[in-house]
Amino acid sequence: MTTTTAPPAARPAAGPALYHPTVARLTYRALLGRRRALLLLGLPALLLVIVVAVRTLSGQDDGTAEDMLRSFALSPMVPLIGVIAGTGAIGPEIDDGSIIYLLAKPIRRSTIIITKLLVAMGVTVTFSAVPTLLAGFVLNGNGQNIAVSYAISTAVASVAYASVFLLLGVITRHAVVAGLVYALVWETVIGNLVPGAKTLSVQQWALAVGAKAAHGDLVHSAVSLTTGVVLLVVVTGAATWYAARRLSTLKPVGDE
Amino acid sequence: MSTIGINAVSRWFGNVVAVNDITMSIGPGVTGLLGPNGAGKSTLINMMGGFLAPSAGTVTLDGTPIWRNEQAYREIGIVPEPEATYDFLTAREFVVANAELHGLPEPGVAARRALATVELEYAQDRRIDTYSKGMRQRAKMASALVHDPSVLLLDEPFNGMDPRQRLQLMDLLRTMGAQGRTVLFSSHILEEVEQLAHHIEVVVAGRHAASGDFRKIRRLMTDRPHRYLVRSSDDRALAAALIAHDSTAGIELDRAEGGLRIQAVDFAGFTGFLPRIARDHGIRLFEVSPSDESLESVFSYLVAA
Repeated sequence: MTTTTAPPAARPAAGPALYHPTVARLTYRALLGRRRALLLLGLPALLLVIVVAVRTLSGQDDGTAEDMLRSFALSPMVPLIGVIAGTGAIGPEIDDGSIIYLLAKPIRRSTIIITKLLVAMGVTVTFSAVPTLLAGFVLNGNGQNIAVSYAISTAVASVAYASVFLLLGVITRHAVVAGLVYALVWETVIGNLVPGAKTLSVQQWALAVGAKAAHGDLVHSAVSLTTGVVLLVVVTGAATWYAARRLSTLKPVGDE
Repeated sequence: MSTIGINAVSRWFGNVVAVNDITMSIGPGVTGLLGPNGAGKSTLINMMGGFLAPSAGTVTLDGTPIWRNEQAYREIGIVPEPEATYDFLTAREFVVANAELHGLPEPGVAARRALATVELEYAQDRRIDTYSKGMRQRAKMASALVHDPSVLLLDEPFNGMDPRQRLQLMDLLRTMGAQGRTVLFSSHILEEVEQLAHHIEVVVAGRHAASGDFRKIRRLMTDRPHRYLVRSSDDRALAAALIAHDSTAGIELDRAEGGLRIQAVDFAGFTGFLPRIARDHGIRLFEVSPSDESLESVFSYLVAA
């Protein structure tokens, strides 16, 4: 190592700037190898069981389909999967200290966060948007394009949730609890009861995007498309930026 | 060849000062960082490893600050204290992943070499969560050595190891030191440090208490005044006889305890002299107990000195 006066930031980063395949592989294996995988599979399986039952009992109906996808898939399922994947992509490593093996490497902290975020997003989209699309086809055979519309909404919401819950995983050891409170209390209860709170709900922003794909006027959002997109981008970007910042000053565990 | 420079470094957490104005330089060879638990050893190592910013002062590797400089990890290998690794991987997968994270051109080759160095090849295809403590430590060592670093930092590496594993690791670290690497390990056990380190830095209560080779540190620790509590058949007569001798600096008759509190200056002299003088005066010794042998008080003496 030679002495240099160049600031660290001016040095070239090692490897790819945004994505590191090894970080991604470790994250996938941690996420999908443990009990989390069962939860990740269990929620979509439950959704499919419910929609098959509804379809069998009450037949094909566009209104029912829209209602089911909104109040089962987009609202508790997606945030719950987001909590599992987002916090699980980094929280356990921080808790047990093994994150040190990623940090003690010539890799930017932002690369670590962005890679983990991409994995968390990928897992959340896979385990929420795909089953939502399936559920939509089961319910009304994609009538009024509702299945596609909700698949888009859940995918968009997955991206935002993954970034917010990844941030929670970095900043608090109680990320899962904090995430559940947010997902269940804010998005589900308050978002449905307090009209103003809807403007600050990932669910509504995602609906605004998905609604554009639906035919007819069954799918609607409390916010405009512009508002939804701007807020989604701002929240996702800000959460990612702050998570990378916090990771670069993360205190090791077992500290005196 | 690399040197870690710690220049007027302090680190505090809220109101607690963990490291208090320490300056030292750690060069090639094996250095032991010795101090009781809670002395600030881990905080120092975390600053050398770039995981904590110094609140004041600088920690450098060959003159370049380590904090927020991830390129420093090309030269630094770290064996952290927490046991957790990526336990769902085999040791081989774990070490290969570390090699890839370092951006090495041939991660498989580098991993094989590192696993051979720590003699873990026989278990390299088993998951780490099936390992014993000593095997885990070797997997961690292999991950720290995979990029052939010039600096190796180990936080309490001998904790929980059995004697055989301890000797193996000591041999390995000695070899690393002899190859010209800068090896720094922390420990709260003097014997461990003096068996291995050619140079010792003592830290107590966040302060740099002493520095030198093991002979110097050992001398500092044994030459300090020792305190004993002695109970005998005739405390007053024993006190009178002892105070005449050079190795005794002070005697107090402790009525509450029913014995003598003796401060001795010359450890070897006093322990040889005490039984002899008791016998010569026909006094029976019921109890001779050192009253400050805890590591803590040994170290505190060094700070006061």
